[in-house]
Amino acid sequence: MTAITASHARRASGGYRFRHVASMEWIKLRSQRYPLWTLAAMSALMIGIGVLTGHNAPRHNLSGYDPTNAGLAGLAIAQLVVGVLGVLMMTGEYSSGLIRATFAAVPRRRLVLAAKAVIFGTGTLVLGEILAFITFFAMRLSLPAGVPHPALGQPGVLRAVIMAGVYLCLIGLIGMGIGTLVRHTAVAISILVALLFVISIVLLALPHHMAYPVGKFLPVIIAENSLTAVVPTTPALPVWTGLGMMCLYTAVLLGAGGWLLARRDA
Amino acid sequence: MIEASGLTKRFGSTVAVDGLSFEVRPGMVTGFLGPNGSGKSTTMRMIMGLDRPDAGQARIGGRRYGELRWPLREVGALLEARSFHPGRPARAHLAALAAANGIAASRVDAVLAQTGLTEVAGKRPGKFSLGMAQRLGIATALLGDPGVLLLDEPVNGLDPEGIRWIRYLLKQLAAQGRTVFVSSHLISEMALMADHLIVIGRGRLLADTTVAGLSAGSASLEDAFFELTSGASQFRAGLLAGDFHAPWQGTVERRHA
Repeated sequence: MTAITASHARRASGGYRFRHVASMEWIKLRSQRYPLWTLAAMSALMIGIGVLTGHNAPRHNLSGYDPTNAGLAGLAIAQLVVGVLGVLMMTGEYSSGLIRATFAAVPRRRLVLAAKAVIFGTGTLVLGEILAFITFFAMRLSLPAGVPHPALGQPGVLRAVIMAGVYLCLIGLIGMGIGTLVRHTAVAISILVALLFVISIVLLALPHHMAYPVGKFLPVIIAENSLTAVVPTTPALPVWTGLGMMCLYTAVLLGAGGWLLARRDA
Repeated sequence: MIEASGLTKRFGSTVAVDGLSFEVRPGMVTGFLGPNGSGKSTTMRMIMGLDRPDAGQARIGGRRYGELRWPLREVGALLEARSFHPGRPARAHLAALAAANGIAASRVDAVLAQTGLTEVAGKRPGKFSLGMAQRLGIATALLGDPGVLLLDEPVNGLDPEGIRWIRYLLKQLAAQGRTVFVSSHLISEMALMADHLIVIGRGRLLADTTVAGLSAGSASLEDAFFELTSGASQFRAGLLAGDFHAPWQGTVERRHA
């Protein structure tokens, strides 16, 4: 009752709301050139890798070969680009000094983070899905004759393609969370790269029985072995567990980032 | 109207602002004067809600900054020369901030014209000269047509023409009944620009007076300033010598016009 009255009073009194802040973030996002160029280059790479894996698909010994999963291998590169853009969404404001103008306009800082996450998250989700489907069809077209062509109607294929786009969106938000926590571009990108690549390389040096229990929780392993796998691989998290873990990482990083954002000096 | 009461900010063991209380009234230019490192910027950042005070509070028209409904329509600020992204064109920068506070898009072109930036509005400001960057900062401050303006060292790095432009602009804004609070370490500039002065040294209030009131009894405003702020450095010397009696107390004056 009290909450309803309070929110009612705020609405009646006017003042900035989420849609105003989201509108600011949307203008910010589309008024810079570098995200467009980076995303265009990334898209070309990911589709190109899809075409190459299709073209070079094994013609014999096909048991266990998952062309859908292989065709989406470009995710390994795309995740880095989207993750870095997510980092820059926040750290770019700190390095340029824009953050002070942003917080002067919107002193409720968590609203700024929420608006950034919604705008950037929606953008990367839409782009990620478009890119995943184009990559899938490009891979399919370049598969040699005689090799079984996957179709979206087959079990697990549509899910694998959709999950590739979802994964990109979540990695972008994870990047934003890291950027909010550490604020410095170089440090944030280093942490992102460690999370996405370095840890898995370190795990390769360990014996399998030690590496697997940890490795299956890494984002890149979740993407490869859980989310975009049509043919189940072992050991891997089940698809929905993998998605749940990714959402958990995102929520924890953005939540912690928001908590610090509201408390630290800007 | 800006009211600071007991504002205190510590960075580690350093006290940057120490129990600072003052009022900034509308309809005049109030200069915020003090040597480098005396806590001017930190005070302004606390007024804007960017830094959290360790004690005390600042209010604008009776409310804390975070409680303002449309902050940019109530307070305009120039805190640092570059508070914009170098890759985002000036017009888009202003349009984004306008959108955040429901400010009409026509204000963007109005402030661009007012600050003489119309011709470079579509250019990316990364390569703007310091003067142009300052003017984009002023345009940002004026965007919401606010009744309160805070400017931290607005004449820094400007050529004489630019300094004159800002001086005239601030006087004009004050004459319209706005509250104008402008910091500087340049005494001569403050003498020309300000009606009222708040002088601080080592985070403490040294004087809250008119320009005439401060320079009365000294050969010049500059002499009066150095007499006041020498207390602040004696404070430091006293500490170094292990003398914890506050030697500055003898020289601190609070002169009201």
